[in-house]
Amino acid sequence: MFSQYALYHAWLIPLLPAVAFILVGFFLRRLPSVAGAVSICMSLLSFALSLGVGYGIIARNITVDTPLIQKISWVAISGLNIDMGVYIDPISAMMLCVVTLVTLMVQIYSIGYMRGDAGFGRFFAYVSLFAASMLGLVIAVNFVQLFVFWELVGLCSYLLIGYYFHKISAREAAKKAFITTRIGDFGLLVGILFLQILFGTLDFQQLAVHVPAYAMQHGTALLTVVALLVFLGPIGKSGQFPLHVWLPDAMEGPTPVSALIHAATMVVAGVYLVSRAFFLFSVLPEAMTVIAWVGAFTACFAASIAFTQRDIKRILAYSTVSQLGYMMLALGVGSVTASMFHLMTHAFFKALMFLAAGAVLHGLPDKNDIFAMGGLRHKMPVTFAAMTIGVLAISGIPPFAGFFSKDEILLAVSQVSTPLYIIAVVTSFMTAFYMARLLIVVFCGAEKPDNHPHEAPMSMRIPLVVLGVLAIVGGYIPYANHFGEWVRFGLASHEGLNVSIATTSTILSILAICLAWVIYGSGNVTSDSLVRRFSTLYKLSFHKYYIDELYLWLNHTFVDGTGKLLYWLELNFVEGMIKEVANLPLQLGNAVRKGQSGNLQRYGLVMFGAMLIVVAWLVLLNPLFKGIVSGGAY
Amino acid sequence: MNELIYNVAFFIFAAITVAAAIGVVTKSNLVHSALLLALCFIGVSGLYVLLQADFLAAVQILIYNGAIAIVFVLGTMLTRRSARHGTNDTEVNIPSRLVSLVSGLFVIITLGVIATTPWRYSSIEAVQDTPALLAQFILTDYMVVMEVSAVLLLAAMIGAIVLAKGVEE
Amino acid sequence: MIGLVHFLTVAAMVFAIGLYGVLTKRTIIGILMSIELMLNAVNINLIAFSRFITPEALTGQIFAIFTITVAAAEVAVGLAMVFRVYYDRNTVHAARLDEMRW
Repeated sequence: MFSQYALYHAWLIPLLPAVAFILVGFFLRRLPSVAGAVSICMSLLSFALSLGVGYGIIARNITVDTPLIQKISWVAISGLNIDMGVYIDPISAMMLCVVTLVTLMVQIYSIGYMRGDAGFGRFFAYVSLFAASMLGLVIAVNFVQLFVFWELVGLCSYLLIGYYFHKISAREAAKKAFITTRIGDFGLLVGILFLQILFGTLDFQQLAVHVPAYAMQHGTALLTVVALLVFLGPIGKSGQFPLHVWLPDAMEGPTPVSALIHAATMVVAGVYLVSRAFFLFSVLPEAMTVIAWVGAFTACFAASIAFTQRDIKRILAYSTVSQLGYMMLALGVGSVTASMFHLMTHAFFKALMFLAAGAVLHGLPDKNDIFAMGGLRHKMPVTFAAMTIGVLAISGIPPFAGFFSKDEILLAVSQVSTPLYIIAVVTSFMTAFYMARLLIVVFCGAEKPDNHPHEAPMSMRIPLVVLGVLAIVGGYIPYANHFGEWVRFGLASHEGLNVSIATTSTILSILAICLAWVIYGSGNVTSDSLVRRFSTLYKLSFHKYYIDELYLWLNHTFVDGTGKLLYWLELNFVEGMIKEVANLPLQLGNAVRKGQSGNLQRYGLVMFGAMLIVVAWLVLLNPLFKGIVSGGAY
Repeated sequence: MNELIYNVAFFIFAAITVAAAIGVVTKSNLVHSALLLALCFIGVSGLYVLLQADFLAAVQILIYNGAIAIVFVLGTMLTRRSARHGTNDTEVNIPSRLVSLVSGLFVIITLGVIATTPWRYSSIEAVQDTPALLAQFILTDYMVVMEVSAVLLLAAMIGAIVLAKGVEE
Repeated sequence: MIGLVHFLTVAAMVFAIGLYGVLTKRTIIGILMSIELMLNAVNINLIAFSRFITPEALTGQIFAIFTITVAAAEVAVGLAMVFRVYYDRNTVHAARLDEMRW
């Protein structure tokens, strides 16, 4: 009954947080506790409804091939019919549950983390708006609805990154995020326009039929271009190379925001888009290759940068970029199942790790450098446990959640391409290493003398516990319950665990953790000596391969250069033309002025000359008049 | 024989007239211009004789040469401040080439008109006793004109005196 | 055979020369002299027409008499004005007489 209600009233799921946004944003900002309560209440209701939807899916056997769709007509002009609605299938149901759960956890956590902050009410309003937007995106029935909420989500990200707006670094980071994702959004918009032109519809269900038929008939050339344009959106939003530059800077926002938006939910919007539009990508082998390689490269690239970072949130940010690369790689090799599975487990353990990092930062204010921390496991045991679970999960150690999802990805990749598999395996080794480095440096070893950390308050510990539990069991349970049969594209893969792949990856991860322990924990080989030996590599990695500097230089040269050129053109040509036009009456006047000489004889000359011309015309050159003159002459 | 003399006389008088006229407008010296003007009038008078207008030829010499040319010379003399100021150059601001172009065009166009008009020549003989006929016409048909021109001359005379003398303050 | 056309040609030339003088000369007297040339040319025209087209009516000659009369009157008044101007403004250059009040 409840699940029935939930299934058919799934539009409430984004609506409730939107109501919370309006209430908190406009009326309750001065009352922080009420604001928090209202927000959490609505989140809780949304979560309950999402669970109902999930249960309803299983009970009524709604599959990816037979989704439940409710639509109302939004725009109906001739030639353009756009609906808004709710698209329920296992993928969106899973996303709904994950998003609402993480939102709820983050909001509970924020009660403790943001206590005392002047913008408490504003924070909860923005978070509620974000939740509403993300949920609206997840249940989109067509590209337009998806794009609308895509933009809204981008807006919320901007608002929340720039939450500490009095800090210039936060403002700059918010701008950077918005502008970088804008580039991606532009590509997405152009791709959507192409789809509308080619197919006349943007509805997912209808396109799922038309696109493969079109590809069969007309070949894949034009469609590949369209698909790559559409893929630009996920490149921007999900932080793939080369538009990944905004994600690390987005850590300027409060840590709960980083956990919610830039780890678990918003950044996976790109991955979700590719899954939703998989009917388009799956028939285009070139596009799939591009997606896979972009994903693989991003994963490896970001991991190599995370090696040397010192800011605790930056390490986690690059790790997010790397894991997003994994998800894209999985999609690129054709496995929606693996990608979505990893999305889910990643949401759990990444949010867990970010919240744990937030607890660390809460306990040690103004300290972000991990080498300024140490030995925190004594004073912050719950946080230490949470972080450990997270690190083990992301490293793919069984039976934690990440093991199952990563194994799925490696299996899918190995079946398609060996070079990609090698890159994926190397990246997972690197991931385990730098995450272990983080854990060991922050929590193990000796305490620093001037640190006085304290454990997080209860409101922050509850989410850590919940997410910790999920990070442990969140892999095995879906795996054991036919996740791959519900969340898929096309036929379900019936492979189980590939023992060889699983063992290799686990062994490598354990090796990486041991290596990290050797370097950072026991002090046998100090990190400084390593830095000296690999100084060039270290510099490249620490400065993020100078990509930001490159973009800045490109911007200055081309954008400012174009501006200067156009300014020059404007001054000389446009304004020059106008000046000429304005000058024209002046010059004309000058010329005509010469005729007004005041000299009587000149006037006489002109008059006589004119009279002469008239006479010549009338009398001599014009035969008609000639007849009259001659006829009348004497 | 008569024909020949007539033609030669015509060309001589025409040459005198035109050459003197050119001299009037070309010379910078005002006195020279005035004297050449007198010569031009004489040439015109000769042309009148050739046109059987003997009374008018006499009147021309009397009035133009005897009065107008003298008055011009008088005026030149009385309004000269120095040799430099007596010059009669072309005005600086006038494009004299353009003016000559216009004048040339005028001649050409007039010639064109003249040539293309079918004149109705009369075959009647010229009048021999022109003064008598003139007097008859002036005092009967054109009497009003005569009276008016008399009044005009009176007015001109008074006006010239007043102008030259100056108004009493 | 010297006919009407020849006389008309001469008159046209003298008129054109007078026109050139009127439009070019600097002094007032020079301009007046050129005007006299033009008037003479007109007179030649009139008398030529009278001779060749209506010899019995002498209209042209009468016209020419009155033209001469008017020309004489005009010269008288004109030169009186020249004297006046010279007395007041000490110049006979036509281009300098471009102000009404002194």
